[in-house]
Amino acid sequence: MPDLAKIHDIVKVYEKTPTPLIYILKDVQKEFGALTEPVLSEVARITQMPLSEIYGVATFYSLFTTQPKGKHVVRCCNNAPCHVRNSKEVLQKIKEYLQLEIGGTTADGLFTLEFTSCLGLCAVAPVMMVDNEVYGNLTPEKAVAILKDYKLKGSSNA
Amino acid sequence: MNKVTLTIDGRSVTVPEGTTVLDAAERINITIPRLCHHPDLNPVSACRICVVEVKGDRLLRTACSWKVQEGMEVSTNSKVVRDSRKMAMELLLSRHPMRCTECVRNGSCELRACADQLGIREISFEYHQRQGGLDTSSPSIVRDPSKCILCRRCVQTCAMVQSVSALGMEGRGYEVWVDTPFAQGMADVPCVACGQCIDRCPVAALYENSHIDRVWRALDDPNLHVVVQTAPAVRVAVGEEFGLPAGALVTDKLVAGLRRLGFDKVFDTDFTADLTIMEEGHELLSRIKNGGKLPMLTSCSPGWINFIEHFFPTLLPHVSSCKSPQQMFGALAKTYYAEKHGIDPKALYVVSVMPCTAKKWESGRPEMTSSGFQDVDAVLTTRELATMMKQVGIDLPNLPEEEYDAPLGISTGAAVIFGATGGVMEAALRTVYEVVTKKPLENVDITAVRGLEGVREAEVDLDGVKVRAAVANGLANARKLMDKIVAGEADYHFIEIMACPGGCIGGGGQPIPTSAEIRKKRAEAIYKADRGLKIRKSHENPAIQQLYKEYLGEPNSHRAHELLHTHYTAK
Repeated sequence: MPDLAKIHDIVKVYEKTPTPLIYILKDVQKEFGALTEPVLSEVARITQMPLSEIYGVATFYSLFTTQPKGKHVVRCCNNAPCHVRNSKEVLQKIKEYLQLEIGGTTADGLFTLEFTSCLGLCAVAPVMMVDNEVYGNLTPEKAVAILKDYKLKGSSNA
Repeated sequence: MNKVTLTIDGRSVTVPEGTTVLDAAERINITIPRLCHHPDLNPVSACRICVVEVKGDRLLRTACSWKVQEGMEVSTNSKVVRDSRKMAMELLLSRHPMRCTECVRNGSCELRACADQLGIREISFEYHQRQGGLDTSSPSIVRDPSKCILCRRCVQTCAMVQSVSALGMEGRGYEVWVDTPFAQGMADVPCVACGQCIDRCPVAALYENSHIDRVWRALDDPNLHVVVQTAPAVRVAVGEEFGLPAGALVTDKLVAGLRRLGFDKVFDTDFTADLTIMEEGHELLSRIKNGGKLPMLTSCSPGWINFIEHFFPTLLPHVSSCKSPQQMFGALAKTYYAEKHGIDPKALYVVSVMPCTAKKWESGRPEMTSSGFQDVDAVLTTRELATMMKQVGIDLPNLPEEEYDAPLGISTGAAVIFGATGGVMEAALRTVYEVVTKKPLENVDITAVRGLEGVREAEVDLDGVKVRAAVANGLANARKLMDKIVAGEADYHFIEIMACPGGCIGGGGQPIPTSAEIRKKRAEAIYKADRGLKIRKSHENPAIQQLYKEYLGEPNSHRAHELLHTHYTAK
């Protein structure tokens, strides 16, 4: 069970911020990994905002998540410029390597696979993000090599 | 206020500054098609059906939210406008299941009417079902997200009108949907079951949990003695379902119709409304005399009870312990009436016809079994009753006039006004005045507490004793009064709260549509019904007097407490 008391401290930080919800949710997600039901219910209780409204914001922004994700989030661009530069095959290879569909998380909890909209890096399309790192000029092989590196690092940490 | 002159389709019109294009067009008899717009709510411009062309603007504008400007030239019927509306409608229809013949809103669907208005004859897009499954968790309200057209009326109603926010918009873009947070279901969020969302839903994404089948089963069962009670607000609204104008008072035809449906006895919730006044009036006097919790809050509206249990549990000691008239009726039907007529309460089936969806929830509350059985077995909304009558060809407007059965059908003008906001207050004051002063009340029309404003206050002089009263309708207004009590700023003796705007006449179980104008007409009919009755004070109801003499003893007696009073639970 997460320590919900921390939410109180987070809300307090933004006491004087005019529309603090997004900042609160960002910090709360960082603390708890995901905006789950007990976590958001506590945010609602403390901020005295309706849970439905908070949940609406949490599900609107793709960088918020209501479900726990893997250690690394892999986001593949699915917009047109990447598409014409073969992003489809890159994605296919990633799916095969991770044994995942979009939205899924690997059994070892290491990777979650998602789509992202345009990252503004069309000059180096196709692109993907892993956590906060951006990787461009991908080929299917290059993409898998990058993920292998993460996997190695992940298991050496463990 | 400054005036603005513009032209709409080449015709000049002058309207006050701040008017929307939609309203300005209405002045010159142009009805711009619209779908998400609702007069009770803020425009959200979600459906894009009301688009118009404004000369000089690159984009089409939504008439429901676009304000007029001096010299503006609007076209409401150009090809680009017509094509755009059609496209918007076809896109909406491409995500609507279109099983119209099996739909509860078959006869009152705004989507269907709007598609017809736009002349839609084919849909260019493939059907793509919306996410979200049927939510039947609530005893009152069913949600079918597959039918939702994302107009946001329910979300706004729940937030703005009722300050409840049980429903919200979730996700975004093509996959946006309306739901309870984390798909908890309507029973597990602070939904108060008022049904105002149903009333404003243009389609059948929200509708009442129907009791029609179980009522037919009871009526078909020769071993059951089936009695029905009708709430005050039903008689001024059910006619609308049969094409009568809003505010048509059809009490006697309603009785005739219920007999034709096969009910063994046709009784009136007004009888127990009178009884509520006796019990609640004496409770108020005793609280004032004995230093009880004040202000006392009324308890007739089950949506309101759900609200205070969810949002202001610390104020529950302020709520009158009186059951609502519906539940008093059920408890008495299965005890007093059953004993008096030698009917086995096991074989007695009590049906309510209510303007309300929360009454369905209320009838299933575990406390509501003081007769030893579930006191009220089934609750029909006004709409469901009309459906049943139509099913068997009962032509309500052309029925003869018949009278309620005795004794549970005998009532007064004080009872019928329960149907409008301020009515319980007025009825209580009529009785409290006479009980306190032992003098007849000369003018029974206590107009200070009437009206449709959200919050009203009045001070009524009871022969020197001043009663400070407040009345609120709509839960956002109730919340204002509760905040005052919490802040220690509510210097009232008695507060009447009705969950729905206008009181029960605007209830979530009433005919669709309900608008401010329709509520006004129904309220007028309620006061007309009051004026038309010989007896207009609850304590003068001879059947009530007899009930106390034969059965209950006196108001707030031990037996009265057992049968007619209840308790509440913080949620």
